[in-house]
Amino acid sequence: MYSLTTAYMQILTGLFDIVAVEAHSKVSDIVNISPIYDLALDPIYTRPLGLNANFIAGLEMNRYLHSSGATFQDCRRVVEKNRKNALSNELAVRSATFESKSDGADSISYPLTRNDVAPLADGAAVVVLAADDAARSLREDPVWVKGVGWASDSPTLETRDWDKATYAELASKQAYRQAKIHDPAREIQFAEVDDTYSYKELQHTEALGLTTQSSAHKMLDQGVFDLSGKLPVNPSGGSIGMGHTLEMSGLVRVVELVKQLRGNADKHQVHDVQTGVALAWRGVPTASGAVVVLGNR
Amino acid sequence: MTKFIRRAQETGKELAFEAARQALDSCNMRIQDIESVALGTAPDAFDGVHMKGEYLLDGAGAWRKPYSRNFVGGGTGVFSPIHGWFHVASGLYDTCLVVAEEKMSSCLPHPQAAFLTIFDNMIERPLGPNLIWIFALEMQRYMHRYNIPKEQIAQVAVKNKRNALDHPSAQIAKAVTLQDVLDSEVLAWPVQRLDISPVSDGACAVVLASEDVARRITDSPVWLDGVGWNLDTTYWTNRDLYFPRYVANAARMAYRMAGISNPRKQIDFAEPYDPFDYKELHHMEGLLLCRKGEAPKLTAEGVTARDGKLPICPSGGLLGVGNPIAAAGLMKVCELFWQLRGEAGKRQVAGDPRTAVAQAWGDLMQIGTVVVMRA
Repeated sequence: MYSLTTAYMQILTGLFDIVAVEAHSKVSDIVNISPIYDLALDPIYTRPLGLNANFIAGLEMNRYLHSSGATFQDCRRVVEKNRKNALSNELAVRSATFESKSDGADSISYPLTRNDVAPLADGAAVVVLAADDAARSLREDPVWVKGVGWASDSPTLETRDWDKATYAELASKQAYRQAKIHDPAREIQFAEVDDTYSYKELQHTEALGLTTQSSAHKMLDQGVFDLSGKLPVNPSGGSIGMGHTLEMSGLVRVVELVKQLRGNADKHQVHDVQTGVALAWRGVPTASGAVVVLGNR
Repeated sequence: MTKFIRRAQETGKELAFEAARQALDSCNMRIQDIESVALGTAPDAFDGVHMKGEYLLDGAGAWRKPYSRNFVGGGTGVFSPIHGWFHVASGLYDTCLVVAEEKMSSCLPHPQAAFLTIFDNMIERPLGPNLIWIFALEMQRYMHRYNIPKEQIAQVAVKNKRNALDHPSAQIAKAVTLQDVLDSEVLAWPVQRLDISPVSDGACAVVLASEDVARRITDSPVWLDGVGWNLDTTYWTNRDLYFPRYVANAARMAYRMAGISNPRKQIDFAEPYDPFDYKELHHMEGLLLCRKGEAPKLTAEGVTARDGKLPICPSGGLLGVGNPIAAAGLMKVCELFWQLRGEAGKRQVAGDPRTAVAQAWGDLMQIGTVVVMRA
C-alpha cells in the first residue's frame, strides 16, 4: 500500500498523469520463512532471544485479549467470517471448513492457533492511478482516492504500544483529514483491513475508529462486521480467507475496495457503498501501517 | 553527514541519528518540526537486517511519523531527496527529513557477496557474476568505442582523491599520482585497485521544506529545481555499454523541469556518480555536460578540476570521500548544497555557482537518478 501512497504523491506533484502500481508475492520460493522474520529483529537486543514471529504475535494477542476483554472464541469467529466470505471470492485460496479445538489446546503460541494465522500465498496485483482529468477520460466510473496516510510506531518490541495499533490510528487520522471524514463509524460503509492474524482485524478495526476501543469483538458478535452486516469488514475474506501475500496484501485490500465501489464484487458485493477504507500493516515485528480511503463519487 | 569509514563502531541506527541530528542542528530545527521522514538505504543484506528501513526508523527520527523507505540500489542516494520531494511537492507535508544510511561493514567477509544475489537467478547468477568484472566489460567497451587511453581515465582517480583531501568526512583522500593508479593491483583488466571506490559505513541527511516554510527557516535556501529518474532494461547484456542512456533520459527529465535547455552552458558544476573512475566520465556524457567520448579529454585538460571551467566532483566523490552506497549519493546532494551556499570552505569552487546537478546510478546498473539544484 506504500506503493500506492507513493504513486498518489507522484500524481499530486503534477509530474505525471498516469502511474501504475504493482505488488507481488512469490512466497512459495521461500523454503523457510521463519529465519527471515528473525533477521528483522534488532541484531543486538532482541534477535539473540530467538523470538519467532508467531511467538511475538501470540504475546500481542494475549495482551490484546487481556486489555479488550475479547476472547479466544472471538478470534475464531473472525476466522470463520473471513473464510466464509472468501468462499464467494474467486481469487481466494481457502475453503470455509476447518477444525479447531475450542479450548485453545492446538495453539502454536498461546493463545494463537494455526487457524489464527493467515496462510501464505503467491499473487500479483496492479492498480492504475490517474489525475483528475485523465481518470475521467479513461473511465466513466473512476474510483477516487479520498485520502492516504501512513505512520510508524517504535520499531523495537520493548518501547511500543502493545494495547492498540497506534500506527494505524495515526495513519487513519491523516487519511481521514484529507478525506474530510469526521466520524468514520458513520461515514464509512465497509472496510478491508489487515488480518495477518485474526486478532489484528479486531485491533485494526478499532484503530481505524470504526468502533470504539475494546468493542470490536462485541460488534463482531452482533454480526455488524458480517458480509450482510451494517459495516462489513473484509468482505473479500481478507488475508485469512484469500491468502496472505506479504507486502502485496495491502494492494489486494485496495483492489477489493475498488471492486466493491464499482459494484463488481459479484457474490461478495456489499450493497450501496460510497466510501471504504483499507489498512495495511507491515507485519511482525514492525509497527508500521498505511491507510487509504476510496470513494466512488 | 557522518564521517565515511571502513568499519564504524556505531550501529546503523546511530549513524542515521548522527546525520539527522546534524542536519536539524544546521537549520535550528527540532525533530518536532519535521512532518515526515524519507529514508534511503541499499540492500538489507549489507546490514544483515531484514526490513532495514523499519530497523533504522527511530535512528532516522521517524517515530510516530509518516515514514517510508526508498531503495533503487546505487541510485538510492540521489533518489532519496526525490522521494522526499514527493512528500513536500505533493502538498501533503511542509517539511521532510531525508536520511540516507549504509553500513556495509556488517557484511562479512566482504559485501561483494551480497551483490551476487542481485542477478537473475536463472540466466545470470549461475555465471557467478562479480560487479568488478561486469564493470571491467563496460569500461573496456567505453575505452574501445572512443579509443581512450587508460591514463586519461586514471586522471579521474587522481583528481577526486586529491579533492577529497579537503573533505572532513573523507575516507580515502590521498595525493596519489597518475603512476600510482596505473601501478596499482589489477583486479579485472582494465579495472585496477585505485580505479575503485572503497567499502564504507556512513550516513547523510538533508531537510526539505515547502517554499514558504523554507524561507522562514533560512535566508539562503537552496532549491530543488529539477528531479529525474529513468530505467533501462534489467539485462546488462541487452544494453550498449558505451553510453548510459538511462542517465541521459533522467537528466533530460530534470533539466526540462528546471528549465535548462543548454546544460553545458547553464550548469556551473556537477557531482556525477563515480564509484569507478570511468563512471564519472561516462556519467558526464550521460548528463549531457559534454559530447559523447569527450569527457576524458576535458579531464586531461584540467577543465573538470576544482579550479577548472566545469568542476566535476569537487567533493572528492566516491573515489575520495568513500562509498557507503545510499549515503554516498546523498553526500553529493549535500555538496551541491554547501557549494551553492558558498559554505564549502577549501573545497569551494570559484565564480559564485548558481546551478548544479548531482547524479547517481544503480539498481541492476540501469537506473539514473538526477537532481538539479539552484541557489
